[in-house]
Amino acid sequence: MSANTMETSTSTAAATAIVAGGERTSWKDVVFSPRYGGLAALLLVVLATPLFIDGVYQFDMAILVMINAAVVIALNLLVGYAGQVSLGHAAFFGLGGYATAILTTRYEWPSLLALGAGVVLVVAIAAVIARPILRLKGYYLAMATLGLGMIIYLIITQESWLTGGPDGTSVAPLEVYGYAVYDEIVWYWLLAALVVVMYWLALNIIDSPVGRALRALHGSEIAADNSGIDVNHYKTVVFVLSAGVAALMGGLYAFYSGFIAPSTAGFMHSIELVVMVVLGGMASLVGSVVGAVLMTLLPQYLVVLSEYEWLVYGLVLMLVMIFMPRGLVPTLHGLIRRVTG
Amino acid sequence: MGEFLQYLVTGITIGSTFALVALGFCLVYNASGIINFAQGDFVMVGGMSAVFIMASGVPMGLALFLAVVVGGLAGVLLYKGGIQPATNAEPIQLIIITVGAALFLRGVAQVVWGTGYFSLPTFTGDEPIRFLGVVMVPQSFWVIGVTVAIVAALGLFFTRTRLGKAVLATSYNRDAATLMGIDTSMVLLLSFGLAGALGAVAGVIVAPITFAHYEMGIMFGLKGFVAAVLGGLGSFVGAVAGALILGITEAMMAGYISSDYKDAVAFVLILLILFFMPSGLFGRRGVERV
Amino acid sequence: MSMLRIESLTKQFGGLRAIEDLSFDVREGEVHSVIGPNGAGKTTLFNLITGVYQPTSGRVLLDGQDLSGKAVHQRSALGMSRTFQNLQLCLNMTARENVMLGGHLGLPGSLFSSLLRLPHLTRADRRCRARAAELMDYVGLGDYVDRDTTAMPYGALKRLEIARALAANPKLLLLDEPAAGLNANETAAIEHLIRGLCQEGVTVILVEHDMKLVMNISAHIVALNYGQKLAEGTAQEIRNHPEVIAAYLGAAA
Ligand SMILES: Nc1ncnc2c1ncn2[C@@H]1O[C@H](COP(=O)(O)OP(=O)(O)O)[C@@H](O)[C@H]1O
Ligand SMILES: [Mg+2]
Repeated sequence: MSANTMETSTSTAAATAIVAGGERTSWKDVVFSPRYGGLAALLLVVLATPLFIDGVYQFDMAILVMINAAVVIALNLLVGYAGQVSLGHAAFFGLGGYATAILTTRYEWPSLLALGAGVVLVVAIAAVIARPILRLKGYYLAMATLGLGMIIYLIITQESWLTGGPDGTSVAPLEVYGYAVYDEIVWYWLLAALVVVMYWLALNIIDSPVGRALRALHGSEIAADNSGIDVNHYKTVVFVLSAGVAALMGGLYAFYSGFIAPSTAGFMHSIELVVMVVLGGMASLVGSVVGAVLMTLLPQYLVVLSEYEWLVYGLVLMLVMIFMPRGLVPTLHGLIRRVTG
Repeated sequence: MGEFLQYLVTGITIGSTFALVALGFCLVYNASGIINFAQGDFVMVGGMSAVFIMASGVPMGLALFLAVVVGGLAGVLLYKGGIQPATNAEPIQLIIITVGAALFLRGVAQVVWGTGYFSLPTFTGDEPIRFLGVVMVPQSFWVIGVTVAIVAALGLFFTRTRLGKAVLATSYNRDAATLMGIDTSMVLLLSFGLAGALGAVAGVIVAPITFAHYEMGIMFGLKGFVAAVLGGLGSFVGAVAGALILGITEAMMAGYISSDYKDAVAFVLILLILFFMPSGLFGRRGVERV
Repeated sequence: MSMLRIESLTKQFGGLRAIEDLSFDVREGEVHSVIGPNGAGKTTLFNLITGVYQPTSGRVLLDGQDLSGKAVHQRSALGMSRTFQNLQLCLNMTARENVMLGGHLGLPGSLFSSLLRLPHLTRADRRCRARAAELMDYVGLGDYVDRDTTAMPYGALKRLEIARALAANPKLLLLDEPAAGLNANETAAIEHLIRGLCQEGVTVILVEHDMKLVMNISAHIVALNYGQKLAEGTAQEIRNHPEVIAAYLGAAA
């Protein structure tokens, strides 16, 4: 790091010589990389899980985990990678679910068309709202997304003639080419495939110039802007993308459970989603899956604590954030790297 | 006209409780840069404590006072147990910590007091008072009066006392305050404690009007937050103004249009304000420095 | 030919005029320095040129094109790139990724090709990766290529910003106090670097307090005080300008 280095360097600023990627990669980098180790582990878990679980209840849990995982992977792009907090994402999930429910049961649209319409509706809303909302930063952004979510939630609760109000509404089963999907096993494989594809697509985004631009929004908007990155454009893209995925999963959730209630769009659900992102690990795709697994299953186990459920749940959130602020997966990854040198 | 005045009074009453919550948000935000999502649950702690302390035979005045003390303790506990140990956490982690604290408080309330709805007797009877065609329950006077008194007391505290000035100095510039010999962790503790007590006061004075319930804190918290952001997040005057604007708008909406969307008023208002004035009504405007 | 033209530029912050009716030209391929005491408005000038701030009045032209109303990223796309007095790096990325960020404009940026990881994109990105390492080597950061940004010393971070700016292949490079906080060796390295860039045809606008560095490499100097142009000319002319000596050099000498 001295003048010498520069003098001996023959390359120039204008040079564009291509050096073949000759980087050293150790087996550890491969095992711990989200692309190889992470994807392999995900595939393995998804393929092996049906061998170990049994009965409607356990499949139901697995399916809910995967629905959440898909939402959280996309939300992590927004919150973890791009650093834009959203405390209203459940509203997109709920809206997708309700659109699907209403279009199929009330207007008898074909399943896939209704599902698609729900996604399009949410994407349109997200695209319109993205510019003004993402101009805001920090707590102002948190407040605005929270407000947007609450408005959508309140509309869903109030417009009973359309939504069934606080009691929720039932949904016709998913029907593809005349075949109605009821079976838990079918749902399991459908969602498993979806989660794996979602993980892979998210990984591709992250490993691309777009992903770098997203992380730059988190790191320094000024640096991003100055590097020719259209900050507003990328914020909009990732916001709309994550909203669209939430809507898609909301629609599938509605089909799967045959019923949808306003709480799916509510503030607490939004918080749960963000908790999954942060607890698993911001800017960690493996973390998103881990966060979804833990935070979907934890309340199920806490039920045995009956009235102590919320107390313990709150305590767990606090303790994990105090002792592992980066989230489980990055913290563990760091530990392992330190131990194995 | 009478109708209008009636709604106005209702709005000011409810706005007053929002103001206390919003002031709690501001205190904590100024001292620590944290938005405390458990702020609304301090309201619940105050209301529920008052109900149960009174039920155990303690005279009303003392019970109300003790309930406020419990709220203050909850604030101190939150700082000691959740905020202080979380060194170098980013805003999003702090959001989750305080959300965790909110759920924890709610959980404790559920275990200790159950999930029922409880009411507190009004402080001084139920005989409505009429003037200028407006009907007011005496408790409304209490709500407004207590809020005015507290705002005044806070004003004196910040401008006349050493401690208050230390809190203000810390909120302007923590490092400079430390250099001046101010014990900033003490200031933080005080701010959380005060925020807890403020929330509890709100809980105590509204419990006779609305019911006390272990989940009552959610909406109070969200609306207090809206009021604080409306006022520019961190400005005390702004917070009170934001709270009154919110309370009055809600009451007008419920009175003249429909009460179906009463709760949505806060969120529509905040979106509009943020879209057109990104730093709130009273926030400092300015360009980001590079 | 003048590449950049500043035309009666004024920027007002409330009651304060940070830049007042400032005009000058920057010729292509030269090092053009802007000097002045702290608070003179140098960084504000950079912010006006790059589009971070909108001027109160006046305009900036690049190759004769009026830049008014153009956003920062659009100006970057026209070939200007800068470094910051207060570091603006992404601490959530490795050093190399920060440099690759600078090469963003040269890469396919569509979401679709990213989603499917189309070959032309991975190829371009791999090139960008390799070039980032070269550039880091060029600015003397060869040892830091895959380090975390948080693990690098201040002097290295300043040069990392230069590498990032270069990754965009700028025709106009704006450096805001690149030698501040650096030791004599490092400053010499910066001087060498700027000279090299200049030979490649990059036009440089330099804001710097190190007078030795400024006098050594500048073809042209503008001296600012309280946002106004005090003097303009060659190093020789500035050095002997009585008002500059009084306002700035005098205090330092
Ligand atoms: N965003 C801003 N808002 C208000 N005043 C500013 C802003 N940016 C710069 N200034 C003021 O403009 C003047 C010039 O600042 P600056 O350009 O940073 O000076 P220099 O870089 O020459 O030291 C200073 O008085 C500074 O306080
Ligand atoms: Mg400067």
